[in-house]
Amino acid sequence: MSLDLATTRRIAKLARIGLDDQEIETVRAQMGGILGWIEILNEVDVEGVPPMVGTSQTTALPQRQDAVTDGDRQNDVLANAPDREGPFFTVPKVVE
Amino acid sequence: MMLTDLTIAQAAEGLRKRDFTAAELTNAHVKAIDALNGRLNAYITVTADQAKEAAAQADKTLSAGDAPTLTGIPLGIKDLFCTKGVRTTAASRILGDFTPTYESTVTANLLANGAVFVGKTNLDEFAMGSTNLTSAFGVVENPWRRNGDDTPLVPGGSSGGSAAAVAAHLAMGATGTDTGGSIRQPAAYCGIVGLKPTYGRCSRWGTIAFASSLDQAGPMTRTVEDAAIMLAAMAGHDAKDSTSANIAVPDYRAACGRSLKGLRIGVPAEYRAPGMSAELQAVWDRGVAMLREAGCEIVDVSLPHTKYGLATYYIIAPAEASSNLARYDGVRFGDRREGASLNELYERTRHDGFGEEVRRRVLVGTYVLSAGYYDAYYLRAQKIRTLIQRDFTQAFESVDVLLTPTAPTAAFGHNEKPEDPVQMYLNDVFTVPASMAGQPALSVPVSLDSTGLPLGLQLIGRHFDEETLIAVGSALEKAADFTARPTFRAGAAA
Repeated sequence: MSLDLATTRRIAKLARIGLDDQEIETVRAQMGGILGWIEILNEVDVEGVPPMVGTSQTTALPQRQDAVTDGDRQNDVLANAPDREGPFFTVPKVVE
Repeated sequence: MMLTDLTIAQAAEGLRKRDFTAAELTNAHVKAIDALNGRLNAYITVTADQAKEAAAQADKTLSAGDAPTLTGIPLGIKDLFCTKGVRTTAASRILGDFTPTYESTVTANLLANGAVFVGKTNLDEFAMGSTNLTSAFGVVENPWRRNGDDTPLVPGGSSGGSAAAVAAHLAMGATGTDTGGSIRQPAAYCGIVGLKPTYGRCSRWGTIAFASSLDQAGPMTRTVEDAAIMLAAMAGHDAKDSTSANIAVPDYRAACGRSLKGLRIGVPAEYRAPGMSAELQAVWDRGVAMLREAGCEIVDVSLPHTKYGLATYYIIAPAEASSNLARYDGVRFGDRREGASLNELYERTRHDGFGEEVRRRVLVGTYVLSAGYYDAYYLRAQKIRTLIQRDFTQAFESVDVLLTPTAPTAAFGHNEKPEDPVQMYLNDVFTVPASMAGQPALSVPVSLDSTGLPLGLQLIGRHFDEETLIAVGSALEKAADFTARPTFRAGAAA
């Protein structure tokens, strides 16, 4: 299947990956190839087949107690921040 | 015999008999890494100082008696497992100097069992690849060479650094992770043993996520017995991973050498892919003959949805990856590229931080999950995944284990990689279906091809029946008597 440039740009935007015009074209062609190959799946009859939503062999996943079990790790959480101010992560100004 | 030539089982015995110390064992491996890692690039980070301290501690534990099995055993850790205080990269630029403030459950289990970590092994970026060519920290060289040919070869991937380190005797064993074949395929390319346990057998907590419904940690070693020893230390229930199975971990080592009388081995017709080399077919046939000789009954089986495995995988895995990798945003950890707006910061950080293959998979995943395409791609793939799993469930009603090749070819040259991503993905054709269904699977080196490179066979088992895999694997190993060693290994070449 062929993918158009506008769709490729929209997907890159959704994924928050900045691509220049040449990269968009390369990605468009390669993704088109991958999606074309995936079309083999259209020949499978999936009528009435439930989707497999997990791999775990136990049917019900356990629920843990709704209780605080960890915390007071501000420095651990911030230790790898590329930029911080006191106890905060920083980002560019969002609201003028 | 050099200390680096020992198996884990032999070294554990030698340490207890005081034939040598843990310090001597670790030093021998650190020396081997010093001599060969510059060439092989199997390790991204070597933790020689921590290893020496851990070895000294291990010697004290051994003197006190009653030391856990892996006490003093030098291991490599795939650089996808978070290790407290040791930089963890996932072989990506985007993580920068990320240094975890916590230890993954699998590595914590190994440390509690006395293991000594000599370093963090190289991999394909975020474990996405079958060659190790996508690492931001350079390619890994397979320690094997073709006869009379010096072309550098890929170690396979994504756990290629782990496979190369174990094959070259730069570690006695290593951890790997397997999403679609990332333990088994590099094990086959490097002539070692690789075991992907049942989904849920090892905790995923603290392992950097690629595709959460598929990712599973496992051991890479030079013998099946060593894989059994390592798996016993890695596995077990963990409340921090809700998909981790609350099932007792058996004595895997006891399964080695167990009689195979009466076991039924399935040979799936669909794995006889058109275009399979006569040589690989012959190795597979030999494997069948070996197991028949060992007392197994051979049964032809059918897994009719095999041909859809790869395409299904290349929807499910990128979809999960696009979600898991959304966390790399340049704000909370890792490298950041500045931008005038928050979106520009994200877009620049993720463009520069992710390599080409990772970007491609995140984009494919974003596409198949996006409005208008979700049902046609993602939902359909989940349904076909159900059919793939049913194939295995039905096959295991009549057989105990399946025997197949691990990979379609032996290792290839760094410059012989197909340009087309789809061609590249075909490397995983035999390993992906078992991953999709969550089955445990084991790759065992069986012979050399006509160019002198190792070929492996894969055993696939029932859910949580790694013991039968280990029993059959150790019989296959014994019959195959694979004793060849690579060109580059500790003490042999530098």
